[in-house]
Amino acid sequence: MLVSTNWLSDYVDWNELSIEELAEKITRAGIEVDGIIDRSLGMDNIVIGHVVDCVKHPEADKLSICQVDVGGELSQIICGAPNIAKGQNVIVARPGAVLPGGMEIKKAELRGEPSNGMICSLQELGVESKLVPKAYTEGIYVFSNEVRAGDSALTQLGLYDRIMEFDLTPNRSDALSMIGVAYEVAAILSKDIKLPEISYEASSEKAQDALKLTVEAPEDNPMYVAKVVKNVKVAESPQWLQNTLMSSGIRPHNNIVDITNFVLLEYGQPLHAFDYDRLETKEIVVRRARQGEKMVTLDQAERTLNDQQLVITNGQEPVALAGVMGGANSEVHAGTTTVVIESAYFAPSSVRQTSKEVGLRSDASTRFEKGVDPNRVAEAAERAAQLMSELAGGEVLEGSVVFDELDKTWERIILSPDYVNNRLGMKIPMDEMKTIMDRLQIPTEAISGQLVMDIPTRRQDLKIKEDMIEEIARLHGYDEIPATLPVVESTPGGLTPYQAKRRIVRGYLEAAGLSQALTYSLTSPKDAQAFALETAPVTELLMPMSEDRSVLRQSIIPHLLDAATYNVARRNETVALYETGSVFLGIEEDDLPKEVEHVSAVLTGKWVDHAWQGEAKKVDFFVMKGIVEGLFEQLGLLERVQFTKATVDLLHPGRTATVWLDDQSVGIIGQVHPTEQKQRDLQETYVVEMNLQMIMQAATEELLYEAVPRYPSISRDIALVVNSDTSAATLETIIHQAGGKLLKQVQLFDLYEGKNVEEGTKSLAFSLKYFDPERTLTDEDVVNAHSKVLDALTVQANAQLRS
Amino acid sequence: MKEQLHELKEQVVLKIKESTTVKELNDVRVAYLGKKGPITDLLKGMGKLPAEERPKMGALVNEIRESVTAILEERKDILEQQAIQEQLEKESIDVTLPGRPVELGNHHPLTRVVEEIEDFFISMGYEIAEGPEVEKDYYNFEALNLPKGHPARDMQDSFYITEDILLRTHTSPVQARTMEAKDGAPIKIICPGKVYRRDSDDATHSHQFTQIEGLVVGEDICMSDLKGTLDLLAKKLFGAEREIRLRPSFFPFTEPSVEMDISCFKCGGSGCNVCKKTGWIEILGAGMVHPNVLTMAGYNPEEVTGFAFGMGPERIAMLKYGVEDIRHFYTNDIRFISQFNRSEA
Repeated sequence: MLVSTNWLSDYVDWNELSIEELAEKITRAGIEVDGIIDRSLGMDNIVIGHVVDCVKHPEADKLSICQVDVGGELSQIICGAPNIAKGQNVIVARPGAVLPGGMEIKKAELRGEPSNGMICSLQELGVESKLVPKAYTEGIYVFSNEVRAGDSALTQLGLYDRIMEFDLTPNRSDALSMIGVAYEVAAILSKDIKLPEISYEASSEKAQDALKLTVEAPEDNPMYVAKVVKNVKVAESPQWLQNTLMSSGIRPHNNIVDITNFVLLEYGQPLHAFDYDRLETKEIVVRRARQGEKMVTLDQAERTLNDQQLVITNGQEPVALAGVMGGANSEVHAGTTTVVIESAYFAPSSVRQTSKEVGLRSDASTRFEKGVDPNRVAEAAERAAQLMSELAGGEVLEGSVVFDELDKTWERIILSPDYVNNRLGMKIPMDEMKTIMDRLQIPTEAISGQLVMDIPTRRQDLKIKEDMIEEIARLHGYDEIPATLPVVESTPGGLTPYQAKRRIVRGYLEAAGLSQALTYSLTSPKDAQAFALETAPVTELLMPMSEDRSVLRQSIIPHLLDAATYNVARRNETVALYETGSVFLGIEEDDLPKEVEHVSAVLTGKWVDHAWQGEAKKVDFFVMKGIVEGLFEQLGLLERVQFTKATVDLLHPGRTATVWLDDQSVGIIGQVHPTEQKQRDLQETYVVEMNLQMIMQAATEELLYEAVPRYPSISRDIALVVNSDTSAATLETIIHQAGGKLLKQVQLFDLYEGKNVEEGTKSLAFSLKYFDPERTLTDEDVVNAHSKVLDALTVQANAQLRS
Repeated sequence: MKEQLHELKEQVVLKIKESTTVKELNDVRVAYLGKKGPITDLLKGMGKLPAEERPKMGALVNEIRESVTAILEERKDILEQQAIQEQLEKESIDVTLPGRPVELGNHHPLTRVVEEIEDFFISMGYEIAEGPEVEKDYYNFEALNLPKGHPARDMQDSFYITEDILLRTHTSPVQARTMEAKDGAPIKIICPGKVYRRDSDDATHSHQFTQIEGLVVGEDICMSDLKGTLDLLAKKLFGAEREIRLRPSFFPFTEPSVEMDISCFKCGGSGCNVCKKTGWIEILGAGMVHPNVLTMAGYNPEEVTGFAFGMGPERIAMLKYGVEDIRHFYTNDIRFISQFNRSEA
C-alpha cells in the first residue's frame, strides 16, 4: 500500500511531525513503513511551457523546432517526441534544471539549431512507465487541464509529495484505504478525522426505472448496489485526480475509470463502471458461470469459466468476472454517455478462488479477498456518483438499485481491565483503556468495571478479547511493557540423554577431523534410495519444484558425495565431512513416513599431511574404520561392534563392510565403487552411513572403575603366515579363545604380502599381552598360555609361525 | 724410576691435552691408567725395588696417578661441554617451520547458532522438544489457528505429500504436539529443526531452512515475561549492550503478536548498512499464544496463558557473521564451513 502524505493531509492533520517521525510512529504502532519515497527525486527548475510554434527541423526528420513560452519569454527548444504539437502545454526542463539521477540540462545545439532545454516525458521525471497515461507513454506529457506557462511543473504534477510504503500484515486490510489509514494515524496522534462529505443533486429520474437487478448467488454476493449516471462526458481527469492515482500506483485512464479507482483507494471498496448502453439489456444478473462459459476480460484475454466462479451478466452473457476484472464488452469508452456504477460485497473465498484460478490479482481482488467493510458498500457508490457529477458533468439518477442480504451489525466485545493487565503484565487504568478506544473511534462504555466495546465493521480484524488487548497495548506503547521473567513451577531443563548423545557424536566426529555438513532432505528419484540401509517406499512430493528435489532421501551419502565433488572441483581436494539428520522411510500412502536419524561421513584426499616433510598419506578404508570404531568407543559400545565383508550397490565389492552392533546391522562402510567415483569426478573416496538412532538407543553399562594393575604384564609378539583369504578377525578370535584368562590384549601390528612370503599367503604379526591382576606372572605361566595359542593357530587356521 | 715416572706424566698430560673428543680421552685413560697401562706396570714392578724405597715410590706413583686423573677429569668436563655445544648446534631447527597440524573438524555455523540458543534456554529451565519433519496438516496448520481455506496456507507455498501430509513449514507443529501431549501441564520448551517452503533458492530464500521456536505455557504467563525473556536472549546472542523493541505484528497463532528488533550491533543505533539506516534490526516474531490454539490443545485460555516466539538461525548467523547469501549454508564448501572453527566464550 502506497500512502501519499499530501493526500493523507486531506483526512487527518499530521503536519506538526516530519514524515520520518510520522512513519516511525506508524511503524511502532503496528503498520511497518517499509520506506519513504520522495517523488520530487531532487528535481529542480522544471516548468510548464506553452508551445507557441512548432516546425520540422530542416536537417532531421524526427526533430521539431519549438518556440516555447516558458513564462513571459520565448525559448527555442528542439524536441524529438513524435507527439509534440503547436498549442500544447508541456513540461520543460530549462537550462540548469536537474532531472532524477542528478542529470543537469544544458544549452545545446542540435543539427545546427540551438536548443534551450528539454521538453520532458513523465518517465523523464521519474514516473514509472506503467503509471503514465497510455496516450503519453511513447512521447512527451501534455497537460490537458488549464495551466499557466512558467509555473512549476512539479507542483502541477503533484511531485512535491512523499509516499510511505506500507508493509501490511494480512489482518490489517482496514489500512488498504486512505480513510482506514487516516483512522489509524488519527488514533496514533489523538487527532480528529475529516471524512468526505457526499452531496450532489440527483435527477428526478429513478435508477430503479433504468436498471433491473437480480442476484442469483446471494452466498457469493450478499450485497450489490448499482447507481446510474447519465450524460457523462468521458475525458481526461483533472490533474489532481491523475496525480493522486499515480502517487498511489494506479495509471490514469479517463475520468470515469479514474473515479472508480479513486474511490477504491479512498474507501477500500472496489467499484466497477459499466457502459449502460453496451449492457444492452438494462439488466444485471449476478450468477455463477456455466461450466465452460467464455468471456473476454478488459485485458482482451478470453477466459473459460467454471461453475464455481461468480459473474456479472446482462441477463444473457457475462459482462464482468465478479470482483476480479470487468469484461471488454461493457467497458467505458470515449463515447460512453451513461454509466452504471457497481459497488458490491463479494464473498472473500469466492474472489480468492476465482482470482487464483484465472491467475489475475488486481487492486479489487486483493481487497475483496480480505473482506470489504459491509457498511461502506453503499457509501462508496454514492461517493463515486458525486465525483461523476462533479468531474464528468454526469446526471445521477435518484436512488440505487440494491440487493442486500449482508450482515452489517457491529460486534460487541466485553473486557475487564484485569484480563488485559494480567496478560500484558501491566497496570493500565481502565479510563486510559477507554481513552485509547476513543482515539480508535471504537464506541466504548465502562459498565460496572467492564469495558463494553462496539467494533465498527471497518476493523474486521477485531474479533476477540485478545485483539482488543493488542489495540490497547500498541497504542499505549509496547515500550511501556516491563521486562520480567516467567514464574512457573521450576524445572531443571536440559537435554534428553538422546540429545546429549547426539552432541557427543558430533563433538567426537569433529575432534576426529570431520566437519559438519548440512544437506537437503529433498533429492532426485535417482539418488533417493542409493546407499539406503533399509528398503522402503520413497516419499514423493505432490508438486515438486524440480526433479532434483522431488522425493525425500533415504540415505545421506549421495548428498555428501555431491558436496565432496563440489569441493574437489574447487581444488579443496581433501574432504572430511559428516552429517547427522533424518532419512525418510515410507510406510503407507496415508501415513507419515518413518523418520530415522542417520549419521554419515565422507572422506577423500589426504589424511596425514605433513606437507613440508613429504609425509602425506591418502585416506583409506582403515582411516574411516578407525573413526567409526572411535565413535563406538566413545559411546561405550566398541566391544559389541563387528565389521563383516559385504556387497553394497555403488560400493567397492572388495572394500565394503556391514557394521554390526551386537547382532543387528546398523550401517555400511566402504569405498565408493571406482565407476561411481569416476562418474562423480572423485578420487578414492570412503563413506559410512549408520542408523544413529539405533546406536544411540543401545543400552550401555554403567561406567565403573577397574583397579589399576599392580603387577607388570608380559608381551609376546608372533608373526604368522596364513592363507591370503584368512581374515585378521578369524585369527584374533582363535587367539582370544586359546589364550585363556591371562591373555588380556591382542593387537595386530603388521601385515605383509609379497617378497619372502609364498604366493597365496600373507604374514600377520600380533602383539599379545599376558597379565594377572593378582600376582606377577612367571615365565612358565606365559609359556603355557602362549603355546596353547600357537597350537590353536596351527590347528584351526593352518598358521605357520614365521621365524 | 722416578725420572721415568715424571717423563710418563709429561707424556700423559700432553696426550690429554691433545685429545679432542671424549672418546680419545677415554682411550688415553685406558692406555695409561688402565690395567695394562705403564703406570700399572710400574706399580707391578715395585716388587723389584728395595723395601725401604717402596713406600716412597708408591706414594709418588699414587700422587702422579691422582694428578693425572684430575687433569683428565678436568679435560673431560671441557670436552663434554664442547660435545654438547656441538650437538646443540647440529640439532638447531628452523622454529618458523609450520607445526604438525591437529586436524579438527567443526560445527556447521547453523548448529553453532542453534546450540548457543539451546544452551541459553536450557540454563533457564527449558527442555528441547523435537518432532517429525513430515507433518500432518492438522499439526502444521489447523491446530495453529490456520483452518482449511486460510489464505496463508496455499498449496503453492508448501511441499505437500498428500492432501493431509506435508513437509512442515515451521517448527510450530512441535509446539502443538507438545501441548497436546502435556495434557494441561505447564510447558517450557525450545523447538529447533529443519523446515521447508516452496521457494526458489536464491540469496535470501532457501526451500529448506532452520527454525528455532520457544513456547511457555502456564498460569499468569504474560507479555512482560515474553519481553524479559527476549531481552536476555538478544543480549546473549548479540552482546550485553543490545536493546530490544517490540512492534505490533500479526501471526495467526498468537494474539497479540509482536516483532522484535534489536538495536544495531554494528553501529549501535546511529544507522548503517546493516540496519538500513534505521538503527534497528528485525530478529524474530513472537506473541501471546492465541486462545484458539490453547483451546485446541486442551488448555482453558481463561485460566492458562502462554507466549511463543520463533526465529531463523540462518538470519541470525547471516547477521552475526556477515554472511551475504543463504545458499552458503547448504553448499557445504569447506572454505565456508571451516571458517567457523573457532570457539567463542
